[in-house]
Formats: sequence, C-alpha cells, structure tokens
Amino acid sequence: MSFITLNYWDIALAALLVAVNAGLSIAMHLGLEKRLVIATARMVVQLTLIGLVLKALFAAASPWFTGFAMVVMILFAGREAMARQDRKFTGLWSYGLGTGSMMAAALIVTGFGLMTQLHADPWYEPRYAIPILGMILGNTMNGVSIGLDRLLSGANRERIAIEAQLVLGANIATAMRPVVRDALRAGLIPTINGMSAAGLVSLPGMMTGQILAGVAPVEAVKYQILIMFLIAGGTGLGLFTAVSVARRRLTDTRDRLRLDRLAAA
Amino acid sequence: MLKIEQLSRPGNTPVDPPMLKPVNLEIASGECIVLSGPSGGGKSLLLRVIADLDPNTGEVSLNNEARSRMPAPAWRRRVVYQPAETGWWADDVATHFPDQQAAESMLPRIGLEDDALNWPVSRLSTGEKQRLGLIRTLLLAPEVMLLDEPTSGLDLSTLLPVETLLRERMDAGVIVVLVTHDSEQTKRLACRRMRMADGELIAARD
Repeated sequence: MSFITLNYWDIALAALLVAVNAGLSIAMHLGLEKRLVIATARMVVQLTLIGLVLKALFAAASPWFTGFAMVVMILFAGREAMARQDRKFTGLWSYGLGTGSMMAAALIVTGFGLMTQLHADPWYEPRYAIPILGMILGNTMNGVSIGLDRLLSGANRERIAIEAQLVLGANIATAMRPVVRDALRAGLIPTINGMSAAGLVSLPGMMTGQILAGVAPVEAVKYQILIMFLIAGGTGLGLFTAVSVARRRLTDTRDRLRLDRLAAA
Repeated sequence: MLKIEQLSRPGNTPVDPPMLKPVNLEIASGECIVLSGPSGGGKSLLLRVIADLDPNTGEVSLNNEARSRMPAPAWRRRVVYQPAETGWWADDVATHFPDQQAAESMLPRIGLEDDALNWPVSRLSTGEKQRLGLIRTLLLAPEVMLLDEPTSGLDLSTLLPVETLLRERMDAGVIVVLVTHDSEQTKRLACRRMRMADGELIAARD
C-alpha cells in the first residue's frame, strides 16, 4: 500500500484558502472572520490531538482505553447536539436525551458492524472501532439534533394548533402527529440525500481516503457501502429514539402539551 | 352541575408561587358565569385548568362524575374550552369539521356565507375564525362551554346571533363560563358575575 505523505508546508499552503474566505468576510462585512478563524483553529487542534490519541490507542489496543475513548466521543456528541437546538428541555433532560439516544444507537450499530461484517479481531480493535463509531456518531448526531430541534421548535410554534385539537377531544398523539412526522423527516433527509448523491455528486470521504491510501477502488467502495448502511441504521435508530422519548416528555398522561418542560428561549 | 373543588395551578417549580389560587365553585345546569378582570389575572388559566390543559391539583366533576376518573380527551369533549385565539391545523376550513353537513347548516345562523367551509383558513378574519371556532365547539354538543372572549372580534350585528345561539344552549341546560370585557354582553348573558385578579377568583361587585 503506498500513499503520498504531506509535509507541514503543504498543509499551510492549503490554509491560505481559508484566509481567502476570511478576507472576503472582511471585505463584504459579513462579520464571520472571527468565527472562521476560531473554527479553523479548533479543527486543526482537535484533529491533531485525535491523531495523537489514536496513535496511543492503536499502540495500547486495550478494550478499556478504546471504551473510554468511545464514551468521551459520545459525551462530546451529546454536547454538540444540545448546542444546536434553539429550544431545550429543562434540567438533565436537555443533555441526557440526545446523548442517551445517540449512545444507544451508535453503540448498537457499531457493535453490529464490528461483530458481524468486519469481524475485527479482537472486536474492540481500535483501528476499526474508533473510526467506525466516529462516522456513525457524526451522522447520528446530525439526525438527532435536527430531529429534536424540529420537534421542540415545532411543538412550540404549533402550540395553538395542537391545543385546538386537544380542546376538541383529540388525543395528544393525534394532535402532535404532524410535528413528530416533520421532525422525523427532517432528521432522516440528510441521510437519504447523502445516499442519493453518493458517487454521482460526492465521493464519500472514507472511500476517497482509502483510495488515496492505496486501497483498490472496488474494495474501498464495498467499505463505503457498508458504512452508508451502518450510518443509515444508526441515524434512524437514534432519531426515532430521541424523537419518541422527547414526544413523551413534551406530553403527559392527561394528554396535555407540556411546554413548561422547555427552558425559556 | 359542574363542581370545582380546591382547583389550583401550582407554579412550574416547587419554589414558584401558585399561578392560580385554590378555586371552589359550583355551577348549575344552564347557568352562565361571566368572568372579568385585568389581563394576566388568571381568567384564561382558570378555563384551561378546568379543561385539564395545564397541570393542576384539586378535583372537578360534572354531574357527580369525577374528571380524574375519565380519560382527558373524553372530559374535553364534554367540557369544551374555546381559547381566545382559535387554532387551525390544516390549510382549508373544511378539514376542521368532521361533520360538514351539520357545520354547513349552522353557517347562516351566525352570519357566514354558505361556502365558508370551502375557504382557505388564510382568508378568514378574526371574527370569522371566532364564529367558525364556535361552530366547532357547538357541534360536539358539550355539556359545558368554557369560552374565552369568543366575540371580541365581532360587531353588534354578528354578535347578537352568536349570543342567541349560546342562550339556546343554556336553555337546554348547557353550562357556559364566559370571559368577556364587554359590560353590555355581561348584562345580557350573565347569571352570575365573577372576577379574577392575581390568580384569585372573587365574586364581582355590582
């Protein structure tokens, strides 16, 4: 397997493209230059750190270290998903709901992939477990955060329409169905779009990475298809779990809409 | 008879004061109680907790049937709350009426055109929404109607037919709890007048 190694000057040269974006932001008074610089710095620092962490994890190949790294990844994903919501539940529900559903979905699907298709040996082999969890988690996080955001903001926006049905004797499941459906659709659409465009519009990152690293294209494609399936499964599972639990939390046994369980915007 | 015992709305957290102080009230069949008071005084909140739309403590019963012993949707079909802002969940008016024939037969009585059910909701004025909302409520044949400013968007010519409809229902034994700021309407409809202020229900002074 052969690949071209990059030196730091190559990377610095590419960073000029971001500098062009920052220049445009300044010239056009977009006010985005500060955020752009911070995001760029975060990306470089985070990826460098994860590179070092992965190096250590691969060397150790311990189930405990691998498990710990996975938990940390999930906790960060939970925080990121929460930050992307305009409306949030009060108290622990805010963080716990997104994190819990992502944890369940990502771990189940990653475990399924590792044990049944990849046959990694041992099953916790970090070279497989960590990247696969990362890809599933990243997409599940998108689906969960979009779904929860749509559900909570939709319930808040449609309060009058939902309660108009409740006061006429509808049950809460019927009254909330359009908002729940909208949240599930919104959460799943990026995955569907991603699969539709794969290969035609976009060459997925993992496949491209494997090809650059010298893997035969057909083998890289097989991996990519497997990952797409795992991503679709993880996103669907996490999204359904998060939206169903959030729907229950937004209502109660007396068929009421409980917006009082949301924190003030 | 609608019997309300120690009905209150606690604050959102245990440390918050109650939003509605305990209410005790008995309303006889066919009676109309008019609620007045300053905005934010708790009038709408009282109607909402009677309809069980907000968390509450205490008990409400209708003809000796306790609310807590029946599912909330069944209670709300018998004790219908009509909020000040009528809600719509579809783009066209007709979808909101399961029995369109019955609805159409009521349109002329409240001064709406025969084809009003074919209109899109977006073209309805506030007054038209209120009158169509009232038809929606009446078609459920409720035993109690909790009406929150149901005629605030109507002029006298459209308001009086609505009041006639309400009076017919009262004559048939329906209980009406009406929130209104219209003193003339209060005189025309009220059997008893009450006032809500600072989350507390008090009998109104004449």
